[in-house]
Amino acid sequence: MPHPLQRVVIFGATSAIAIAVARQLAAENAQLFLVARNAERLDSVAADLRVRGAARVDMAVADLADTTRHAALVAEARISLQTIDGALIAHGTLPDQTQCERDAAVALQQISINFLSPASILTELAAVMAAQGSGRIGVIGSVAGDRGRMSNYVYGSAKGGLGVFVQGLRHRLGKQGVSVTLIKPGFVDTPMTAHIAKGGPLWATAEKVAADIVKAMRGGKATLYTPWFWAGIMATIRNVPDFIFGKTRL
Amino acid sequence: MPLRHDLLAWGRAHRYPHTLITPAFRDEALRALPQLPTETRWLPRGLGRSYGDSGLNADQLLVDATGLDRFIALDVASGVLECEAGMTLADILQLLETRAAQAGGSPVWFLPVSPGTKFVTVGGAIANDVHGKNHHRAGCFGSHVRSLKLLRSSGEVLDCSTTENAELFAATIAGLGLTGLILSAVIQLKAVPGLWLETEDVRYGHLDEFFSLSETSRADWEYDVAWLDCLASGAALGRGVFSRARHVAWPAGSTPPSVRPAWQPRFALPVDLPSLALSRLTVGSFNALLWHRAPATPKRRTVHYDGVFYPLDAIGQWNRLYGKRGFYQYQCVLPQSNAPAAVRALLQAIAASGEGSFLAVLKTFGARSSPGLLSFPMPGTTLALDFANRGPRTLALLTRLDSITHEAGGRIYPAKDGRVSAADFQQGYPQWQAFARHIDPRCSSSFWRRVSAPASS
Repeated sequence: MPHPLQRVVIFGATSAIAIAVARQLAAENAQLFLVARNAERLDSVAADLRVRGAARVDMAVADLADTTRHAALVAEARISLQTIDGALIAHGTLPDQTQCERDAAVALQQISINFLSPASILTELAAVMAAQGSGRIGVIGSVAGDRGRMSNYVYGSAKGGLGVFVQGLRHRLGKQGVSVTLIKPGFVDTPMTAHIAKGGPLWATAEKVAADIVKAMRGGKATLYTPWFWAGIMATIRNVPDFIFGKTRL
Repeated sequence: MPLRHDLLAWGRAHRYPHTLITPAFRDEALRALPQLPTETRWLPRGLGRSYGDSGLNADQLLVDATGLDRFIALDVASGVLECEAGMTLADILQLLETRAAQAGGSPVWFLPVSPGTKFVTVGGAIANDVHGKNHHRAGCFGSHVRSLKLLRSSGEVLDCSTTENAELFAATIAGLGLTGLILSAVIQLKAVPGLWLETEDVRYGHLDEFFSLSETSRADWEYDVAWLDCLASGAALGRGVFSRARHVAWPAGSTPPSVRPAWQPRFALPVDLPSLALSRLTVGSFNALLWHRAPATPKRRTVHYDGVFYPLDAIGQWNRLYGKRGFYQYQCVLPQSNAPAAVRALLQAIAASGEGSFLAVLKTFGARSSPGLLSFPMPGTTLALDFANRGPRTLALLTRLDSITHEAGGRIYPAKDGRVSAADFQQGYPQWQAFARHIDPRCSSSFWRRVSAPASS
C-alpha cells in the first residue's frame, strides 16, 4: 500500500517545485506545515492550498540559513501535524558562480545554505521520524551534484555533499522504518530559470516534476531523477573521461 | 534583458521581438514595475491566446502574469471566488470539478462565462471581456467581476469595482491590458444543477433558419452557437449545424460515465504543418463532411461540458495547422437590424474569394451590457472565421469584410484582430478616446499604437 503522506512539512515552501508538490497533496486533503522566509508570499501560498482542499495549513516564517532555529521549527511542525508522515526539504539558492570564485565568503555562504542548512534540518527530522518509526523524507538535490563542472561547481559541491549525507541517512533510517529520497530535477520551468527561453524536450513543468516527487516519496525510492531521462544524461556525463571533459566548457 | 523571438500571439502571423519579465508573486510585480526605465513600454501577457497584435508589444516589454496563479478564497456557500489574475480557467474548472465531487449539499458552481478555450487566464478574460455561448443570457465575463486589484506603473495598487474607482474599473474590463497589471479579481460563480450538459445539434439548410433557431432556442437553452459551412453558396448559403446546450445533473438511477477532461492538452502539434494541409480542397471537404455527418433530425445527448465547450483544447498548439505563416481570425458583430443582410454579404464575399475557413461560427448576442468601456459585444449577431495567412490576398479580403461590417454599423473584436485600420476601429468604438484617458502612461501594445493613430479615411 502506498504511503499516505497526509501530514507533511515543507521547508522552502514558496519555491516553485515545493508549491507544485503542496498543491498535489492539498488536492488529496493533506494537512501541511509550511516554512519559508517571506511572510507575505507564504500567506498567499497557504491561502491557495486551503482553497485547493488542504485539510489544514500552518506556517512558520524563518530564514533557514539560521540553523539555530531548526530544532524549534521541527518541534513546531510536530505540534501542528502530530505525526509527521512526510517532509520535503526544498530550500536552496542558485548562486552566481563567478561571484563565488572571486569571494570565498560568498562561496561558503552558498555551501552553507545549500548543504549545511538541509543537513541540520535533516538531523532534527531524523530524530523525530526514528522515534515515530515511520515517515518519508524527500530532499531536493541537483544533477549539478553528480560531477563538478566549471560553470557551477560551488553549488554542485554543496548538492553533491548533501547527496552523500542523504545516502547515509537513508542507510541509517531504513532500519527504523523511515525512507529518505534524494530528488534530482533536471531543467524545470520555474522562476529560477525564467530568464532562459524554454522549449524543447529537456524542459519539464513543475507539476510534472512534483508528480514524480510525490510518487517517489510514497514508493520509498532512493534516488529520483526527474524527468526520468536525466538518469541517462547524468550517467553519461559522470562517465566522460577527464581528458575529454577537460576540453568542454560545461 | 535578452530580446526574445518566441513570444507569439495565437495566430502566429505577427513575429516581433520582446523582452519579458516573469514575476512569481504579487510583491515581486509591485517592486519591478516602478523600477523600469522610463522609456520602457510594457503590456501584461497571459497565456498568449489573443490572435493578433492586441497582446503584443513589438520591441518592448511583456509582463508575464502566469506566475500569479494562486487562489485567494472560495466561499462555497455564495460562489464568490477570489484569485490572482494569472490563474487559468482550466485550473478553476478543475477545482470546481473536485469540489462538486466532494459537495455534500452545497451548490455546484461553474464559470459564469467561458470562451471557446479554458486555457486563458482570468486577467486575460477580463482584459478582453470575453464572451461565451451563453452571451444571450449572461453577457460578458466582465459582468461577473465584482472587483479587481490593479497595479499601475507607479507601484500604486488600486481597488476597482462599480463603486470604487469605477471609471478605471470600466476601462480595465475589455481594456486590453493597457490600464495596468490586474493582480487579482473577485468573481461571482454561477450555481448549476450539475456539471453535465444536455445538448442538441440541429442541422439547418440556410442562413434564415439560423436566425429563427436562435430566436426559438433562447428561452429554453442557456448555450447556443452555430458552426457554419462558409464555402456553401446560393440556396445553401449559411447552412450549418446549430448546437444548443443546458446544464443538467446526471439523471438519477444510473452512474455517470467516467470522464477525464483535458486539463492539459492530450498531445501537441510539435511543428508547423505545411500550408498545403489547409487548402480549399481539404477545408471544403471537411466542412461538407461536418454538415452531412450531423443527423437530419436533432438528437439529444447528455455529455460532459469539456468536449462541448472546449473541443479544441485536447490538441495543444492546434494553431500550427495553419503552417509557418500563421493565420488571421476575423470576428465582427453586426447590430440586430442589419445582421441578416450583413452576414449574407460577408458570406458571399468569402465564398466568392475562395479563401477557405476551417472554423466559422455564428452566434446571436443578447442585450445584457457589460461594464467594460471597450467591450466588443452589442445586441446582434457575431461571425468568426479563420483564414490562413496568404499575405496581401488575405489582407485584401479582410479589408473587404471590414467595409461590410463598417457599413452595417458593426465592429471587430480586438482580441482577434491584427490588422484593422484606425478609421474602422475608431468608428466601431466611438468611446475609444474616453478609454484612452485611463491608459497607464507606461503601457502600450502594437495593436493600440496602430488603432489610436490619426485615422485617415
